[in-house]
Amino acid sequence: MIRIEENKCDFCGCCVGLCPTDCIEVKEAVIEIDDDECVDCDLCIFICPIEVLSHVEKTAV
Amino acid sequence: MWKKQQFDVVVVGGGPAGSTFARIAARGGLSVLVLEKDRDIGVPVRCGEAVSDAGLRIFHEPRDRWIKSTITRIKLVAPNESSVEFDMKEKGYILDRRIFDYDLADMAVEEGAIVITKAYVDGLLIDNDYAVGVKGTYLNEPFEVRAKLVVGADGVESRVGRWMGIRTQLKLKDMESAIQKTVSGIDVEPDRFEFYLSKKWAPGGYLWVFPKGRHMANIGLGISGNYAREGKAACRFLDEFLEWKYPQASVLTTVAGGVPVAKTLKQIVANGLMLVGDAARTVNPMTGGGIISAMRSGLLAAETAVELIKNRKDLHMKNLREYEHRWHKIGGRNHERYYRLKEAIFRFSDDDLNRIASRIAAVSVDDRSLLKLFSIAVAQKPTLLIDVVRLFARL
Ligand SMILES: Cc1cc2nc3c(=O)[nH]c(=O)nc-3n(C[C@H](O)[C@H](O)[C@H](O)COP(=O)(O)OP(=O)(O)OC[C@H]3O[C@@H](n4cnc5c(N)ncnc54)[C@H](O)[C@@H]3O)c2cc1C
Repeated sequence: MIRIEENKCDFCGCCVGLCPTDCIEVKEAVIEIDDDECVDCDLCIFICPIEVLSHVEKTAV
Repeated sequence: MWKKQQFDVVVVGGGPAGSTFARIAARGGLSVLVLEKDRDIGVPVRCGEAVSDAGLRIFHEPRDRWIKSTITRIKLVAPNESSVEFDMKEKGYILDRRIFDYDLADMAVEEGAIVITKAYVDGLLIDNDYAVGVKGTYLNEPFEVRAKLVVGADGVESRVGRWMGIRTQLKLKDMESAIQKTVSGIDVEPDRFEFYLSKKWAPGGYLWVFPKGRHMANIGLGISGNYAREGKAACRFLDEFLEWKYPQASVLTTVAGGVPVAKTLKQIVANGLMLVGDAARTVNPMTGGGIISAMRSGLLAAETAVELIKNRKDLHMKNLREYEHRWHKIGGRNHERYYRLKEAIFRFSDDDLNRIASRIAAVSVDDRSLLKLFSIAVAQKPTLLIDVVRLFARL
């Protein structure tokens, strides 16, 4: 699953543009990822310009 | 109160595409509501703010208050830091989009549209397979608004189309991962665009320095998603550049953003629904410029909407396709040529780019033009020839 550093996020929505399952929601200053819908493709991690997102194993949480 | 009304059109997103749509549609006699999720129209400015004079004039006489700098020259910096400069045939501007976007929204209001900020849309009302309105939250209170037509002008992060089954997801290689800082306390030429081309500065993209006067500039870059995958994020590239070139700069604004450098979606309408601007992927894929094309798609979509709604036509996608056809006819072919050029140019190695720069440097200053530049690029990669000739034959 994807870990979000919310304090770092600029809410630009670049990740939403790529997400194949449309499981990311970006509001004015809120970002949420629906872990059940996420398929761990990591595209959002790659595209994020400011390194807000990272991958963590589900069991680790 | 807007929440209690029914509209001809509800527009999701108050950027250049949404405001232009709203202005033309309201002028055509439609009742229009624009919903914007952010606190302010025009802020944050996720944009280098560059436009051409000719592009802007399609829509508006440029106002002084929109313009931070007037640009007449371009400087290209090659990987080996050699540079070439040439004059532009037509001038360009660096806008102040806080003011520009605000004015575009206000012009829509003058024509009779209603614009509301802090209104976040999170779904469609769907009836018989037609979009018939939107739902969302306004200052955290849920709302629903009904309309004959929904317009998705919700930018690179667009979800409106997806809710009607249009696949808008971009491929990694068709998104530029971008970051920009507006810096001050530096010296720049106020009438010159600067572009830095190299894998070390911005792999699969470019770095720009767009002046806002003599001591301030938008400095940003986009890297192709394909390179972003390799693990070095856009912010790292920009920090390295600033550290090297302008270590003393103050940073007044920092924004991240995505630039969809894709072909426009084939399908940009569904029953009761149209997509415009970045949501439809109208950005010029070679330059990353999307302000004017967003406005152009907003205009075309609004003309079709006015025509259909005034004549009480069914808003089935087969009727809304008129907009799709017009967009693809007016912009579509060039758009695809620019897409192919982008693919080729971003594949040039740093050695190729150095060679191209040194060949341009050998051309006398008076003879330098973008066409000349591309001719030289073609010599480097002959398969580009057809696209370049076709594009420039029309300019
Ligand atoms: C770093 C960067 C630099 C750029 N530089 C240039 C440049 O120099 N020149 C140029 O021409 N183009 C440039 N572009 C591209 C340009 O910014 C866009 O193409 C342009 O803003 C597109 O206009 P739009 O109206 O389609 O979308 P936007 O301007 O993105 O507007 C979309 C609006 O919709 C709102 N919204 C989104 N979702 C919702 C929702 N669910 N509910 C309510 N509102 C919503 C957003 O808040 C936003 O205000 C740049 C882009 C980036 C990222």
